[in-house]
Amino acid sequence: MRYARRYALPVTMPTVPSFGNEAAERLASMADVTASDGALRRFLHGLPGVDPVGLEARAAALGTRSIKTTAKAYAIDLSISMIDLTTLEGADTPGKVRALCAKALNPDPTDRETPRTAAICVYPDMVATAAEALRGSDVKVASVATAFPAGRAALPVKLADTADAVAAGADEIDMVIDRGAFLSGRYLSVFEEIKAVKEACRREDGSAARLKVIFETGELSTYDNIRRASWLGMLAGADFIKTSTGKVAVNATPANTLLMLEAVRDFHATTGVQVGVKPAGGIRTTKDAMKFLVLVNETVGEEWLSNEWFRFGASSLLNDLLMQRQKLSTGRYSGPDYVTVD
Amino acid sequence: MAFEYAPAPESRAVVDIAPSYGLFIDGEFREASDGKVFKTVSPSTEEVLSEVAQASAEDVDAAVKAARKAFEKWSALPGAERAKYLFRIARIIQERSRELAVLETLDNGKPIKETRDADLPLVAAHFFYYAGWADKLDHAGFGADPRPLGVAGQVIPWNFPLLMLAWKIAPALAAGNTVVLKPAETTPLSALFFADICRQAGLPKGVVNILTGDGSTGAALVGHDGIDKVAFTGSTGVGKQIARTLAGTDKKLTLELGGKGANIVFDDAPIDQAVEGIVNGIFFNQGQVCCAGSRLLVQESIQDELLDALKRRMSTLRVGDPLDKNTDVGAINSAEQLARITALADSGEAEGAERWAPACELPGAGYWFAPTLFTNVTQAHRIAREEIFGPVLSVLTFRTPGEAVAKANNSQYGLSAGIWTEKGSRMLAVAGKLRAGVVWANTFNKFDPTSPFGGYKESGFGREGGRHGLEAYLAGAAEPSNERSEREGERDR
Repeated sequence: MRYARRYALPVTMPTVPSFGNEAAERLASMADVTASDGALRRFLHGLPGVDPVGLEARAAALGTRSIKTTAKAYAIDLSISMIDLTTLEGADTPGKVRALCAKALNPDPTDRETPRTAAICVYPDMVATAAEALRGSDVKVASVATAFPAGRAALPVKLADTADAVAAGADEIDMVIDRGAFLSGRYLSVFEEIKAVKEACRREDGSAARLKVIFETGELSTYDNIRRASWLGMLAGADFIKTSTGKVAVNATPANTLLMLEAVRDFHATTGVQVGVKPAGGIRTTKDAMKFLVLVNETVGEEWLSNEWFRFGASSLLNDLLMQRQKLSTGRYSGPDYVTVD
Repeated sequence: MAFEYAPAPESRAVVDIAPSYGLFIDGEFREASDGKVFKTVSPSTEEVLSEVAQASAEDVDAAVKAARKAFEKWSALPGAERAKYLFRIARIIQERSRELAVLETLDNGKPIKETRDADLPLVAAHFFYYAGWADKLDHAGFGADPRPLGVAGQVIPWNFPLLMLAWKIAPALAAGNTVVLKPAETTPLSALFFADICRQAGLPKGVVNILTGDGSTGAALVGHDGIDKVAFTGSTGVGKQIARTLAGTDKKLTLELGGKGANIVFDDAPIDQAVEGIVNGIFFNQGQVCCAGSRLLVQESIQDELLDALKRRMSTLRVGDPLDKNTDVGAINSAEQLARITALADSGEAEGAERWAPACELPGAGYWFAPTLFTNVTQAHRIAREEIFGPVLSVLTFRTPGEAVAKANNSQYGLSAGIWTEKGSRMLAVAGKLRAGVVWANTFNKFDPTSPFGGYKESGFGREGGRHGLEAYLAGAAEPSNERSEREGERDR
């Protein structure tokens, strides 16, 4: 039985965000496909295949869109507001994290009109520092968790890692999936783990941190796997699906992000649940960022064009966007000394 | 706030179009013998771009004589020397590609995205490819010492003006022939710019002659006694006339005519890529492509899903100013063609098919037709049988692979077909059963100079491109060329 085909028929139901009780009800209506390992495998393997040449050609074709003048100004500000400004180094210190928070709050000291970034993304032990530095602002604190980046730890450790970050004040959790389990075909185990982490995102007051699920697409390797992982993550309750950790050779690419946007679009058509997408790693220039925004615009459309539903996991991207922004407002290129290095 | 792309027009300043152009005969531009001219307009604005000469029978004669005279030396050049000219032409085309892309977009109406990313790179690639063959003809499998045929009369269509010129001229010259080429009446400019490139490359006079004009010029050219070979790309109707004209003569003929390509989508297809392939198959160049995938054959079990995805995708097509870099679908080439498309689309509706087009605003001036699809089409409908040559897709369904093959082959044409499936064995089995010159699998409208292209049935005969493309311009050792028989004739005297 080709479940995917049946479910991929567009249904007319009101859109609900991935977080909240309504989404949980919609996902419950799909419970039959996650009822057993066998059912989940049949569902994921029944999804339409991906032709790599065609996918990459489509992504490249959208990359030739010419974004100029007013469109460029709009895209630059939107991109800045979508950045999860990231530092994930062994050498991170409270000082470094505070500096990055200052940058997120005030990206361009010469122009207070510059939008703020969406979030700061740090390791769990830096969450308290970041939360303190960002207190009272709308910039979110995102924390990687679940034994990032490899995810090679026992489930209780991963859940403790998550709960610790949430308790320290994280608004968002970026978890990694167990690629080993996925690649060996233990889909239900990956599914259960995501669900458990989603549970661990709950706070005592009943609210919850938003969950981003990182697939590490470079390790999943095939586009068919990326589509299956996307559906798996969304069925398990992901608020965002995210390409990569930034720690492996191949991170976000236009093609894998396009594929994940298609999955999000199809999931929305099937369940009415809206899920966000976050490409991360390797996006460094304004030109790159605009290509990704074009992918969003022409695949899922306007409803995804805000930092509620699309993010860039990046660090050096911000300064390139700021330089391009200055160029648009002054007509001249400045240079790396006219943006702050943190 | 929505993400609206600001206008991003390619600059017209890179191309300098003269107010008038003459005929390119024997290395010089000259007026028509009777002084007649006609105008060429930009289909997207109806603006007059230039005035070009209307070649008379007398001009045809002069051009054929110039080509005949040039043939002696050109064919005697070592292949490596001919290759140098072809390489030089290819390089100049690359260097002037932006200018030529803008020119082609102005004269033809197709989007700059296509002329820039498809037409021009393919034109240069074609010259590079055949330049490489020029000194290897002895080893091409056509006998030990294959000879050129002589003078080739070539008539090309308006849908890919410069690319069709390249398909015709590159192999002809590589093989040692000289040519007289007539571009289409509505798109003469890029061929005239090519004439300038020939001069820039120092190509000997008379090797390439360009005659602009209407159908009467073409008829005079293919009917001329002084040519040895006719190569035609265009409508099946005109192709039949040419075949009649040539019947009983010793002229060689290749015809690349119409098509009604079937794009077959099986239920195990990669759906998102299939949708892209369908769009590319029928809306590339406004569907004015002989090998367009104008019939969509979709397996009934995924019909709804696929059509929903296709309609959603069609709604994102950007129709408008062809010079804007973000335009996906440009203008129809002429008022005449627009009328033909409109009439056939209307017949589809009249015969009971269901018409759908995305909401899209068409410019006021120029010739425009919105991307359109018809569902509930049957094999009996005119829109399922006749070539529309426009952005109109007819959707039919099938239940089994056998039915798909039967329906795909049930056409007077046989130029192209597409197969969409993730199953390799099905792909190969179906491809082997399709009577079409080109079968694409999980892609569509992909061209490459190394790949032969041509049709079955009323889509014509002969192949262009690849090693096969040389055959149309060479006489093997077993088959004496006209040149050789003339020499033998002299000996007999």
